[in-house]
Amino acid sequence: MKFSIYRYNPEKDEKPYMQDYDVELQPTDRMLLDAILRIKAVDDSLGLRKSCREGVCGSDGMNINGKNGLACITPLKDLKEPVVLRPLPGLPVIRDLIVDMSQFFKQYNSIKPYLINDNPPPQKERLQSPEEREELNGLYECILCACCSTSCPSFWWNPDKFVGPAALLQAYRFIADTRDDATSERLDNLEDPYRLFRCHTIMNCADVCPKGLNPTEAIGKIKEQMVRRMV
Amino acid sequence: MTLSRQIFDTVIVGGGGSGLRAALQLAEAGHNVAVFSKVFPTRSHTVAAQGGIGASLGNMQEDHWLWHMYDTIKGSDYLGDQDAIEYMCRKAAEVVYELEHFGMPFDRNPDGTIYQRPFGGHSQNFGERPVQRACAAADRTGHAMLHTLYQRNVRARCQFFVEWMALDLIRDYEGAVVGIVALEMETGDVMVFQSKATILATGGAGRIYQSSTNAFINTGDGLGMAARAGIPLEDMEFWQFHPTGVAGAGVLITEGVRGEGGILLNANGERFMERYAPNMKDLASRDVVSRAMDQEIKEGRGAGPEHDHVLLKLDHLGAEVINKRLPGIREIALKFAHVDPVREPIPVVPTCHYQMGGIPTNYYGQVVVPRGANPSEPVPGLYAIGECACVSVHGANRLGTNSLLDLLVFGKSAGDHVSEWLKTHPRHRDLPRNAAERSLERLARLDNSTSGERVTEVAADMRRTVQQHAGVFRTGTLLTEGVEKIREVGQRARSTAIGDKSRVFNTARIEALELENLAIVAEATLVSAQAREESRGAHAREDFKERDDKNWLKHSLWYLDGSRLDYKPVNLQPLTVESFEPKIRVY
Repeated sequence: MKFSIYRYNPEKDEKPYMQDYDVELQPTDRMLLDAILRIKAVDDSLGLRKSCREGVCGSDGMNINGKNGLACITPLKDLKEPVVLRPLPGLPVIRDLIVDMSQFFKQYNSIKPYLINDNPPPQKERLQSPEEREELNGLYECILCACCSTSCPSFWWNPDKFVGPAALLQAYRFIADTRDDATSERLDNLEDPYRLFRCHTIMNCADVCPKGLNPTEAIGKIKEQMVRRMV
Repeated sequence: MTLSRQIFDTVIVGGGGSGLRAALQLAEAGHNVAVFSKVFPTRSHTVAAQGGIGASLGNMQEDHWLWHMYDTIKGSDYLGDQDAIEYMCRKAAEVVYELEHFGMPFDRNPDGTIYQRPFGGHSQNFGERPVQRACAAADRTGHAMLHTLYQRNVRARCQFFVEWMALDLIRDYEGAVVGIVALEMETGDVMVFQSKATILATGGAGRIYQSSTNAFINTGDGLGMAARAGIPLEDMEFWQFHPTGVAGAGVLITEGVRGEGGILLNANGERFMERYAPNMKDLASRDVVSRAMDQEIKEGRGAGPEHDHVLLKLDHLGAEVINKRLPGIREIALKFAHVDPVREPIPVVPTCHYQMGGIPTNYYGQVVVPRGANPSEPVPGLYAIGECACVSVHGANRLGTNSLLDLLVFGKSAGDHVSEWLKTHPRHRDLPRNAAERSLERLARLDNSTSGERVTEVAADMRRTVQQHAGVFRTGTLLTEGVEKIREVGQRARSTAIGDKSRVFNTARIEALELENLAIVAEATLVSAQAREESRGAHAREDFKERDDKNWLKHSLWYLDGSRLDYKPVNLQPLTVESFEPKIRVY
């Protein structure tokens, strides 16, 4: 199978280049990650992140034939050759397919990604009805792979000012949690021409999310809450 | 060569469930703590846990920590230390409620309490009938827990060293641990981190097997560090084979599937577990179910054209239950087995899943080693928690849901103990001269390597050897051959060559270092297994089919130096209740 892979090693390369590989696959190789590891067995200098190989850790996000996804759950049979692999767009490249995710995590931290409830907790669990808990479905499952934020033009142009779909999804995860007491603080934190409102509902985020989540919808719900508290 | 140095009260190696729980305990107590992780913390392997956290909350039926304790001891085939097991089961409710208060999105019952599902080996009233004890967030409990703990650490402003690999422990002339040597992956820089206390929380080494549910990062780095520093590894012959890994792919399918009512079928459509465990059936403990599956396959009743797997049927649960309680499983089955479990069964095989053994500790997380007449003397300044540790609460076989519980309970207890330790040990001890010498030698060898085998080749041979020689069923002959082969693999692991010599994010170098750690764990496994002439829990010898309490009710201790074995007694004395005497184990 033929591949064309983005290569860049800052110690050696003045600028990035695409390297072609033709690799013989085994019948057990089903996912893109299997094929990349065949390549890496021949050329150990190819850099990528990987861990769980089942789509839950979020390590191996990359741009695959023009679309962001996780290598470990992208079936090889669906890919057109040569398979073009590039690092996630819009973030600085450290090496090859490895990007610097500091900006992405900075935005994640900026939404205070933790439950805020200053009341002393009860002896046992805080109660929450199954319906209230259901509000968190489609939100808490995010794996922070950054496929969504790095497919978003608004995030490309303003990664320091626009929070981006992944972190906004998490912002709504806490707004939607009946145990969280900081909704108005969270909305204040996002009320700004850039932080939330740079989302132009292009919906690339929902299109690429490997977990099938929909950040655009969550962003819409945050906007709704903002409007509601103004009237 | 002088390396730059940083100083912390406490250094934690590993940012998974146990490392994050300990970090939180220390950061919230105001200590200066640094967490080192090879990967961004939410990428740690805790994220892959599915089914639940064991705690006798009693939200579904009557439950009691003493029943949980009994189940855990029986599950361990009586090799677990009863003081530590009592401690864990009594603390379970407290740490689960805390996690809920941190924001964990547990599933809920109509009355608003945490939803609990049945799990293998967990029973009411000392084995009478299955009980719902596993506190669950759909089938993504580990993901929800790891993210919740990371989030709480963000709140506590804990300091992380992300994508740093710890290379070695630093011990001084009295044997106290005074820090670590670590490598920053992005720059290739090596640095010394001096600490008053060091906590190893590096997870298991399930990647020594060819067929494994484990992530690529599970390479036993903490075990390698401990073994190189002269600390023994305990009970390394005990590896859990999870009954339901996706055939061919190895990806985990939670026991929660059977908890929710799924059943195992052989090629004839027979629910064979009724024959092997008439009472608990498909919810017998994992070693029992895995052996039964292997037996069915060996006797020709495996499913598929090659008769090499069995079938996990859950379509009778209905689409609603599957989508609500087991959505992740449906996703995995579709992606990795190409079946939709709403309609078809999932092909599964026993797959290496969990390391019961590890670095010996007590229930405060202190690493303990034999010294003189004392089999368990603490090593000053060193702690180990989570899968890399052997407390031992899992003994010869871990019950499902007890791993996440272990992370929470001992992460917290180690954090608390370190807080106390820091009060009585306010000063840093001096670093020995040439503290980083051994680490730098290993790096220099790789940097100067010109000829040698590729890391991937040696790693493949290691995994094949362990798989063939230390699988579900073992024999003396297989193990003796395995020991010889794995020693040779160990030699080869120390003389690999890498093509990539660059400094910036050199993953070839990381994988070579990981292989050295894996090879140490593999040797410990085979040597300990070859010596243990009995069948207990996950260690099933065809030439010694019975448990032998007279000779083998004891923990193995393997030392890297000379590949030497020693033993220490099992603690049968709980903290406050009466001892559970070893009995024949029937499910």
